[in-house]
Amino acid sequence: MLSKQYDFMGVRRAAAMGSLLLVLISLGSLATRGLDFGLDFTSGTSVRLNFSEAVAIADVNSALTDGGYGDAVVVSFGSDRDIRIILPVDESVAEADQASQAVRVGETITALLSATTPADITLEGSDYVSAKVGTELAEQGGLGMLVALCIIMVYIAVRFQFKFSVGAVVALAHDLIITLGLFSVFGMEFNLNTLAAMLAIIGYSLNDTIVVSDRIRENFRRMRSGSPSDMVNASLNQTLGRTIITSFTTLLVLVSILLVGGESTQGFAIALIIGVVVGTYSSIYIASNVILMMNVTREDLMIPIKEGSELDDIP
Amino acid sequence: MLNRYPAWKNALIFLVVLLGLLYSVPNLYPDDEAIQISSEMSPLTEFDIERATTALEAAQLNFFGAAINDESLLVRLDSVEDQLRAKTALENAFGPDYIVALNLAPTTPSWMQSIGAGKMNLGLDLQGGVHFLMEVDMDAAIQRRMEDNLSNVRSILREERIRSRGLTLVDSTHLEIRFATSDDRSAARSALITNFPELQLQNSESGDFFVLDMRMTEDVILQIQRDTLQANRTTLINRVDALGVSEPTVQQQGANRIVVELPGVQDPAQAIRILQRIATLEFHLEAELGASSLSYETFDYQGQSINVNNDVILQGDRISNVRSSLDQNGLPQVQISLDAQGGNQINRVTRDNVGRLMDILLIETKSRTNTTIDAEGNEVDEVEFYEEKRLISHARINSALGRQFVITGLTSREANDLSLLISSGSLAAPMTIVEQSVIGPSMGQENLDQGIRGVQVAAALVILFMLFYYRVFGLAANIALVMNILLIFAVMSSIIPATLTLPGIVGIVLTVGMAVDANVLIFTRIREEIAEGSSPQRAIDAGYDRAFTTILDANLTTFLVAMVLFTIGSGPVKGFAITLMIGIITSMFTAIVGTRALINLIYGGRKVESLSIGTIPPHTEALVTED
Repeated sequence: MLSKQYDFMGVRRAAAMGSLLLVLISLGSLATRGLDFGLDFTSGTSVRLNFSEAVAIADVNSALTDGGYGDAVVVSFGSDRDIRIILPVDESVAEADQASQAVRVGETITALLSATTPADITLEGSDYVSAKVGTELAEQGGLGMLVALCIIMVYIAVRFQFKFSVGAVVALAHDLIITLGLFSVFGMEFNLNTLAAMLAIIGYSLNDTIVVSDRIRENFRRMRSGSPSDMVNASLNQTLGRTIITSFTTLLVLVSILLVGGESTQGFAIALIIGVVVGTYSSIYIASNVILMMNVTREDLMIPIKEGSELDDIP
Repeated sequence: MLNRYPAWKNALIFLVVLLGLLYSVPNLYPDDEAIQISSEMSPLTEFDIERATTALEAAQLNFFGAAINDESLLVRLDSVEDQLRAKTALENAFGPDYIVALNLAPTTPSWMQSIGAGKMNLGLDLQGGVHFLMEVDMDAAIQRRMEDNLSNVRSILREERIRSRGLTLVDSTHLEIRFATSDDRSAARSALITNFPELQLQNSESGDFFVLDMRMTEDVILQIQRDTLQANRTTLINRVDALGVSEPTVQQQGANRIVVELPGVQDPAQAIRILQRIATLEFHLEAELGASSLSYETFDYQGQSINVNNDVILQGDRISNVRSSLDQNGLPQVQISLDAQGGNQINRVTRDNVGRLMDILLIETKSRTNTTIDAEGNEVDEVEFYEEKRLISHARINSALGRQFVITGLTSREANDLSLLISSGSLAAPMTIVEQSVIGPSMGQENLDQGIRGVQVAAALVILFMLFYYRVFGLAANIALVMNILLIFAVMSSIIPATLTLPGIVGIVLTVGMAVDANVLIFTRIREEIAEGSSPQRAIDAGYDRAFTTILDANLTTFLVAMVLFTIGSGPVKGFAITLMIGIITSMFTAIVGTRALINLIYGGRKVESLSIGTIPPHTEALVTED
């Protein structure tokens, strides 16, 4: 299938500029617009309702405003019969009673809306998150990403070489920033599921980067001639088939989750789809580019004497 | 010989596959709706089966398979509606001494149950229920211990006849005593130092006073936090039992939180009421006749008015055990055991007060909803908190008490009630719900259905693609993929009793996508080897061999990320991480060893002209010169 050799590294400057631009846009948007944090990371009460027939969000909104819930946010949840109503924490209620207040609010709202529509309304569930927990979760998530990046950096530095670990971590940071940036630009909700997706993106993109790095290391050890750029290019071409097929099967799976997995997992699927596309690109252009920029040499990758030589025995 | 596995290796793989199949199969047996009846007093007997049968027949309910199992009674029913009606009927028939809980009864054959093959636990998001995250008010626990210390200090100073000019609680971990002279302070210091090993003593001066500061050490604070959390967890477990939930989870999370998960609970408001019932216990002396009316509070006890002195002689958290029992004469009594310090405290007070009466107060924080009419004529619900103090015991001190003492002169019912009240009051600190999630049963079912459909569609698409792209090798990868899913299920059902959540299902789906990666890596390598002119057998061997380190590195790093997720994440993140970790391990086995065994069976040990592995790329070495 791959009869052609693509000169990936020939356009590496252009790719680097493009990536830099995307990262800057993302950072800009994150700094100005920020992320639309879901209930998990903020605080408040959310109520899920199911209507027996289609319902217009505007009607629900006006009914809630009339009923004294002017600060409620109504969003559609999966279908035109399911909605989610999000309310801020009621400061006038003592902390100890917030939880039972949340349950009561769910029942009150159900009764309130039932009076305004002929449809039957079922209270599917409710969530309450206190401000304390929300902030903590957000901090925990950020910490998680940093810890994951550090551990990876150490592992790759030990297994490969320091220049490779810089390449991998730059590529991962690139993927995370651009995925978060897209969430910020399009105002998509960022919740615990999306956070899990971010960490899964680290895992996935890393997988890709490792496969390419592995091949680069192998080629540096096997080949005597050719510039580092040529060798990286050859490695990218050799792994291209695998990169495309794995990204394709993963996307296949993610699209199935997006289409049939229901509303609860949609945010997760969207985040990962973005991450897989960006991650595939970054493992080709970013990680390798950084390795080249750091002037990787054959000496960097020579096997220490005591280690096995199974990578060298070419039949 | 090239590409032949020794018989033992094939047998081992076969065995793993067989076990995987065996331990994942129970998930296909749907559970029966059931009611479980148990009692803390005594195991249930055949007689209780009869009682249940009569009650259910009277309510005209269809039931089957009533049996005694592990001292409790299990009755199976046809539907959820019947189950709910049966619960009410049985609660009425058995009364408050029995716990009647909704349950699910397995329908797997008994031989499967006997080898430990069971179903996977489903998370709340897949079966509905209530999730609470409760935070324990540690400050309150520490403050109470310090108040305890304060009253001890006061009584020791009084005993030693040392005059102090004021005893104040500066904050929850700091106590300050003022003296007029430095000599008083030294005397106090030597009297106090042996009695309070958990406090650090320090001298300071403030104006004309000589001050002795007593501070709690970091270690002691940590110890109190650990004990408090444990006490709260135990109390929560007891309260959850009272709710009649079949498989509740009460788990510690972090230093000061407890997760409570109640599957199948339909009435979150009731659950909150019971879980949040905050109760503490205080021991006091009865006020002496003629005491200042500021020094006591009056309570009602069995129709009498009792004046209870304000000084707390013992807090409930000093109680290590409470039990109602019969004494040697067969009379009911309540046995109370205290920890060492509690024993000293009560001994010091009671030895000087034999003949006086000791009172136990149970203090509960309750909430009530008041409906008022506001200015616009709307009904407004207002929640109000109030402390309710109840005098639950009023008994004469017959001798100096120690770490173990009994309260007698009660009827058996009184003894029983008193021991329950005391244990509920020994709860160490108040709790607030900081996170709560209510998932309706239909929502849970919908999540489960959609999750399963997601796995099916994703697996079907990947399987079709692999078959089309890699032919016979694709078939091997597909068999490995299915095995991988089975193994994940088997591990989660039996080996690590992990809970399957919606993010967990997503983790499985993602593993499906990523597990084929190992095979894609191997197969592209084999294609390359063939393109470079290797014989089919050599190509297979070299392909597996060379791809191995890559696969190992890639999977190990992903595993590390999953471990970070698992360690610091909570809720959905944890659920996702656990399936991802299990999936990585099982996929390494199925994708490398499993497919190799299959390929060896198909191609190994014979002369092969060509491999059915899809299109072989033309040999390309344009930019590369080899040695």
